[in-house]
Amino acid sequence: MEHDKNFVVGIFDDEDVLVHAVENVREKGLRIHEVYSPFPVHGLDEALGYRRTRLPIAAFMFGLTGTCLALFTQIWMLGYDWPMDIGGKNHASLPPFIPVTFEFTVLLSAFGMVITFLIVSNMKPYGWPRQFDLRSTDDKHVMAVDLADNKLSKEEISRMLKDQGASEVNEKNF
Amino acid sequence: MQVTSSIREPLVTGGKTVRDVSEDISRQVEGKPTNLWWIAISVSVVLFLLGAYCFWMLLWNGVGVWGLNKTVGWAWDITNFVWWVGIGHAGTLISAILLLFRQRWRMSINRAAEAMTIFAVICAASFPLAHMGRLWIGPIWSLPLPNTFGSLWVNFNSPLLWDVFAISTYFSVSLLFWYMGLIPDFAVIRDRAVRKGHPLRAMIYNALSFGWSGGAKTWMRYESVALILAGLSTPLVLSVHTIVSMDFATSLIPGWHTTIFPPYFVSGAIFSGFAMVLTLLLVTRKLFKLEDYITIYHIELMNIIIIITGSIVGIAYITEFFIAWYGQVPAEQYEFINRATGPYWWAYWSMMTCNVISPQLFWFKKIRTNLVSTFIISIIVNIGMWFERFVIIVISLHRDFLPSSWSMFHPTMYDVGQYIFTFGLFFTAFLLFAKFFPMINMAEVKSIVKSTSEKKH
Repeated sequence: MEHDKNFVVGIFDDEDVLVHAVENVREKGLRIHEVYSPFPVHGLDEALGYRRTRLPIAAFMFGLTGTCLALFTQIWMLGYDWPMDIGGKNHASLPPFIPVTFEFTVLLSAFGMVITFLIVSNMKPYGWPRQFDLRSTDDKHVMAVDLADNKLSKEEISRMLKDQGASEVNEKNF
Repeated sequence: MQVTSSIREPLVTGGKTVRDVSEDISRQVEGKPTNLWWIAISVSVVLFLLGAYCFWMLLWNGVGVWGLNKTVGWAWDITNFVWWVGIGHAGTLISAILLLFRQRWRMSINRAAEAMTIFAVICAASFPLAHMGRLWIGPIWSLPLPNTFGSLWVNFNSPLLWDVFAISTYFSVSLLFWYMGLIPDFAVIRDRAVRKGHPLRAMIYNALSFGWSGGAKTWMRYESVALILAGLSTPLVLSVHTIVSMDFATSLIPGWHTTIFPPYFVSGAIFSGFAMVLTLLLVTRKLFKLEDYITIYHIELMNIIIIITGSIVGIAYITEFFIAWYGQVPAEQYEFINRATGPYWWAYWSMMTCNVISPQLFWFKKIRTNLVSTFIISIIVNIGMWFERFVIIVISLHRDFLPSSWSMFHPTMYDVGQYIFTFGLFFTAFLLFAKFFPMINMAEVKSIVKSTSEKKH
């Protein structure tokens, strides 16, 4: 632990109250560290001002790699490396290569995207994530505010969250 | 604050809150298994071991232990293979295609249906693997790997090789999709374990959940991944049974050489898959007390899909027959007359009765909302779809081009045993899944509880 980090943690019961609260406190200049929810909340990413994820681009690039790799391999193997006469057909004709090309595209695209997702989200099967409140996977929405990010005092932030409908406000230090 | 729609039936009954969802679904993971579960898994393991003996005898002695002969070179093995692969299709349809169509009723059944897909594909794969005989080299030779014969590469023009790629991709992508869905739910179990003081369980489920924290940014990325995986799985699932059907359709055997096969196989697959989902879910919802999440409304909607796909299958049967007559190819005409009136007439008419007539009963609301009748019809459909594959494969083969090589197929105990093996494997895997993994996608159900849960009275 390099240094102590102090957070104010607001607990919200309802997702609609939460989204409004996020919009309002951000308007007032509060900087939110992150909001943790038990399920994806519609409109929360916009309220927090997150940029759209670029994972679809990653998926497309991986897919394209798969397409090229599969086509190249098939044409090279059957057309050049060891051409075989199968029923007098062309050595390297495109139509029979499409199914394998398609499957390989899907395979690389899916796995590439998911591995990218795990890396950018810093998810791995070892080590514990930083948890502000264990109820955030059960039924509560948890808004974490880093004191170092904000000029306001602890009490002012607590009051602001309470005013916006937080059912309780706690402190958490790491 | 809950809203009840007056035109749609609630998807979650019993006035559940978000909290209740974690409580109800985590209960079977955290608690001790019931006696019924023990009985069920004992029976499954016994079936599995009986079948494993037959599988072992096949590996030891070779494919000759099956009832195959020179004329009927494909029989139960490929019938069972196609049957199991088809069953898998419903899981992907529910999780991927219904996600793209924004059908929210998929949410409480997709987890179990996807698990069914994965186990069904494993069962399916065991048949071509067994049919290769030498399990220790067969799978390696079916991949384009450098070898000492040249390298002599695999034949990319062959539908059987397409199948290798299609089935393995389908399996791995389905597994990925299923696992992605499980990640947030493993985190629920982990955090409950921390709060209740089970450190070992917390550690295991933390590893399984990849340290999920549920931040808004992660959720945003996660939803994007889920949507793209659904978009990838949709053409994938259609391609899988298309390619399976091409194993037959690209050959010149009368009865197989038809262009109708891909759509006909895909709809048949979804038809049989939904029947299996219903068979399984009707039992599990009782066993694990999930009646509030898998409601009669869910069952009715699935039955409607069975009517649709069953009718498509019925039209395909009739079209096949018509085209055989209209096409004026004598061998093709003989083949279809032989199906209906030849020595295997009983298989053909079982198929027609089970697949074409029985699902039409679901037009009656009383029948499609009744648990007992749904259960019975779902099993009848499963049987019918097995006969469909048997009819296509064995009847087309047993009358060879030369009458001197005409033959019949008689299964041996090893044919039957291999089939039993897959049943044992399937139910054992499914019961273990039901015990250790959350059976219902909690995160998704929680997101709809507020809008579609029934109000507490």
